[in-house]
Amino acid sequence: MAAAAIYSLFIINKSGGLIYYKEYGSAGRMDTNDSLRVASLWHSMHAISQQLSPTVGCSGIELLEADAFDLHCFQSLTGTKFFVVCEPGTLHMDALLKVIYELYTDYMEMPIRCELFDLNLSQAVQKDRVALLGR
Amino acid sequence: MPAAAPRSGDAIFASVEHVNAELFTLTYGAIVRQLLTDLEEVDEVNKQLDQMGYNIGIRLIDEFLAKANVSRCVDFKETAETIAKVGFKMFLGVTASVTNWDADGTCCSIVLEDNPLVDFVELPDTCQGLYYCNVLSGVIRGALEMVSVHED
Repeated sequence: MAAAAIYSLFIINKSGGLIYYKEYGSAGRMDTNDSLRVASLWHSMHAISQQLSPTVGCSGIELLEADAFDLHCFQSLTGTKFFVVCEPGTLHMDALLKVIYELYTDYMEMPIRCELFDLNLSQAVQKDRVALLGR
Repeated sequence: MPAAAPRSGDAIFASVEHVNAELFTLTYGAIVRQLLTDLEEVDEVNKQLDQMGYNIGIRLIDEFLAKANVSRCVDFKETAETIAKVGFKMFLGVTASVTNWDADGTCCSIVLEDNPLVDFVELPDTCQGLYYCNVLSGVIRGALEMVSVHED
């Protein structure tokens, strides 16, 4: 069975601007303009989905399943969105997104702390990979 | 009540890194002293403290939401209670109480029995009208604004 893998992580602010983007897959890093475009695209889709949703009190897309990937999205009450693109069928992405949110609040308050955030984030993602491989 | 139990203020306070209490109190005191020297006008200092608090609050709210695991409060009463019981406990290690509700339920007082900011502090007469702890109201204002609650 193929090891479940995380391809990339995006963090966008409440107005749709990209705060953080990290590529974990083998596809190579998207260039800055493309990543900004993807971020605002997702932001718009997320907002539209809230309007279109037939259920009351819907807070937007949480999971997008496609042939080649799954996209899990978490939105905090402050409107900051965390979404991760991963291999189809990857489990526990919701929990991972919550962990990322906590790391974000601890380390993203100042630009200086970005390195620490990166480090801790890699550890969290790595831990996830190892846990899944062990299954 | 939310399905996933929100963590109590005590539990979170115990799990985060702490700063020495005296250092915190004295640093705050030094900041207020310096502001009084620089700005001279008590009203200006109040405004500055509020602004500083606001800048802290807009960041603090995410940390609060991430750690406390609370869901959106149903009404303002719940909001005030959450701030007093979980918020203050989590960040300052003290519990506040909510009193003085007006008839509409739109206005209340949050009272801190034990306020770490004011330990050892004495205000001289020249500082009449200084809201020494105004940074706290700024923090609350900033935090609530980020979750779309506009308040005075």
